[in-house]
Amino acid sequence: MFNTSNIAHLTRRRLLGINAQFARRWQSTGSEPPPAGGHLPSIATSTILRSTRDSAIRTPGIHWLDEGASTTPGNVLAGRETRKMNLYQAVRDAMSIALTKDDTAVIFGEDVAFGGVFRCTMGLAEEFGRERVFNTPLTEQGIAGFGIGLASMGHTAIAEIQFADYIFPAFDQIVNEAAKHRFRSGGQFGVGALTIRCPTMSVGHGGLYHSQSPEGYFMGASGLKIVIPRSPIQAKGLLLASIRDPNPVIFMEPKILYRSAVEQVPVDDFEIPLGKAEVLVPGSDLTLLTWGTPLYHCETALSMLSSPPAPLGPHVPASLRSAKIELIDLRTILPWDVDTITESVNRTGRLVIVHEASRTGGVGGEISAEIQKRCFLKLNAPVKRVTGWDTPVPMQYEKFFIPDPLRILDAVVETLSY
Amino acid sequence: MASLARISSRLSRRIPLARAIQTSADTTQLAQDASHSEPFTVKLHEDSFRAYRTEIPGLEVQVTKDGLLSMYKEMNSMRRMEMASDALYKQKLIRGFCHLAIGQEAVSVGLERGITPEDRVITAYRCHPFAVLRGGTIKGVIAELLGRQAGMSHGKGGSMHIFTPSFFGGNGIVGAQVPVGAGIAFAQKYMEKPVATYAMYGDGASNQGQVFEAFNMAKLWDLPVVFVCENNKYGMGTSAERSSSNPEYFTRGDKIPGIQANGMDIIAVKKAVEHTREWVLSGKGPIILEFVTYRYGGHSSTQDPIRGLQRYIEEWGLATEEELKKLDKEAKAEVDQAVEEAKASPIPFEHDLWTDIYYNGYRAPIHCVGVSVKRFTTI
Ligand SMILES: Cc1ncc(C[n+]2csc(CCOP(=O)(O)OP(=O)(O)O)c2C)c(N)n1
Ligand SMILES: [Mg+2]
Repeated sequence: MFNTSNIAHLTRRRLLGINAQFARRWQSTGSEPPPAGGHLPSIATSTILRSTRDSAIRTPGIHWLDEGASTTPGNVLAGRETRKMNLYQAVRDAMSIALTKDDTAVIFGEDVAFGGVFRCTMGLAEEFGRERVFNTPLTEQGIAGFGIGLASMGHTAIAEIQFADYIFPAFDQIVNEAAKHRFRSGGQFGVGALTIRCPTMSVGHGGLYHSQSPEGYFMGASGLKIVIPRSPIQAKGLLLASIRDPNPVIFMEPKILYRSAVEQVPVDDFEIPLGKAEVLVPGSDLTLLTWGTPLYHCETALSMLSSPPAPLGPHVPASLRSAKIELIDLRTILPWDVDTITESVNRTGRLVIVHEASRTGGVGGEISAEIQKRCFLKLNAPVKRVTGWDTPVPMQYEKFFIPDPLRILDAVVETLSY
Repeated sequence: MASLARISSRLSRRIPLARAIQTSADTTQLAQDASHSEPFTVKLHEDSFRAYRTEIPGLEVQVTKDGLLSMYKEMNSMRRMEMASDALYKQKLIRGFCHLAIGQEAVSVGLERGITPEDRVITAYRCHPFAVLRGGTIKGVIAELLGRQAGMSHGKGGSMHIFTPSFFGGNGIVGAQVPVGAGIAFAQKYMEKPVATYAMYGDGASNQGQVFEAFNMAKLWDLPVVFVCENNKYGMGTSAERSSSNPEYFTRGDKIPGIQANGMDIIAVKKAVEHTREWVLSGKGPIILEFVTYRYGGHSSTQDPIRGLQRYIEEWGLATEEELKKLDKEAKAEVDQAVEEAKASPIPFEHDLWTDIYYNGYRAPIHCVGVSVKRFTTI
């Protein structure tokens, strides 16, 4: 074991040695021409995205909420239509359905009546009226508190915080009021009708205040749910589920996916259940767990593992190339789906967790500790985390700060050969 | 929902003002003949100021030819710097965020002329001119925007993160700098120094709770702080009237008096700054100073602060158009050179990713200076 680990260590050093050289080219979010080594999956070509009607309406776990679904249970898929949407359009579509079906639903936040910075509320004020889709002053703590009050009256409150980085002024209202409302009123009050949306994760050059992933800060706030979608279909279904969930939900939308992730999205009303992780690629040798943007980097890393581009060849031992990696999207970060992850790691014996937030205090630490306890005797390697570094998000080195496909590949190789 | 509709329509109705503030950049008149060598007196438009719980500053102001010409040059340098930044941003050489103060030069240059180097200034993200005027350089600002080593924060922060010993940033979280300003002023008072703090924020930022919290502390402890609201009428897409139940920002301090000033006429700006500085240094506690200004040069040329000053200089016979053009050319050349030098500066050292997180020599959490750093250096 000592030997293998040493080899892995060397491999890793060499892999990272060429990181700088290749990282830019293989960033799945880059727009440069394809590398000489051939095509690697990118967000545009990702097989994770459902680009046909047929695959879209068969999205696992999809739960239809229109009348047709209940009256003709035998044939829920017949006549379902889809439309090509990117993530921000899918978010908008979900909110449009929520406003249509629920008279108490309102949307508010900074500049949302003008569509918001990322266009998620484009046209909603015109369609549903300024009294239902309205701008707030610059007041994050006020937005959260106002939403809590509105929701405690049973109204559906959909608040937007312009960037996840600006959620901190609202932290007290979210953690001390929203999360604890039910408990501290002995179950008499709840603010389940509150959903707070915010764009999250990095764009490659957002810097200190526009690329953070603050989900970990909320992990101790029992009573709250945190949801992060990976794609347009997921965004629509999970957002509708969040809006209707009887608990307050923070819904974080990976902002780089707003335009780049495109799917055929069912136009009807549907939900995707909260609290359930999704196995995207089944496997038996290692569990690769992530959420949001890094999913696409994981996909690229897995492609590099099975067929490494020429320059990477010497660093990926042939014996590891046929390894079967189980790729899981956690989707709901709090409370997280401990059963699905435990079951998977008990089968694979290895776990690599990838997230953009810094490692210390990140969600990966919580999951590692719990899985190490539950799967201790089944583990063949220590749980490995690939995360942002323990630094602020730096402006120049943001691409090195966030986990990229090479760092993920490196961690997978190391964990497989431990 | 009907009730919400009622509320919002009431909010958006404008309360008619008693008498509107003058916002033209060129309404100051000579009060005596202009002199080329001696200070002379000019008179501001009678509506250059409005006051709340106090008197307006005097309208007669002493100026000098040299002072006016150097302000003209400085305003041009600031405008050129912002235009150059805009171009670099459009070329995608500046990444991240880049907020420009084009059209608001009278505020930054006029503020600096009314205070001393020992006074302190803190503002939001629209900060580039202050960083230069408070001891920085154009090259240092542009290099910071480009994320280069020669940047004033060594390229680690970018546009919103620029500091000098007397300028506390450059702050990207809207409103956060205002209570910080109160703390700075407390330290000044504690040390019994005859200096003031200018804590700046926008019309949009004025609605953050912590701005009101700062007001209360400052008045409670009579701190030597001037709260400066740069009212450029908009916070991103939302107009002042639609964001603020009371858009008369100089009246929002409750017991704190306020002055509203024409932020487009640099002579009025300088006068208002001197006046408020005297106020807080005389131990009367904080004061609010609202500058009414425009983003991006306003709606017409009478609302361009540089053209306004140019008109004074020409009409008062202090310099010819050609002489002013020469100053403008010098400003442009200065900025062009700064851009070239900034571009030539390299991006930060890789090891600078993990410096300055804790005090030098202190250990960051394990994943910073431990394993990861070693791994990082192999890149
Ligand atoms: C806490 C926080 N919320 C939101 C933002 C996003 N944001 C940046 S600038 C801005 C508008 C601020 O307007 P104003 O205070 O009037 O300043 P101006 O841009 O007009 O100078 C907003 C909403 C932010 N930076 N910080
Ligand atoms: Mg403004």
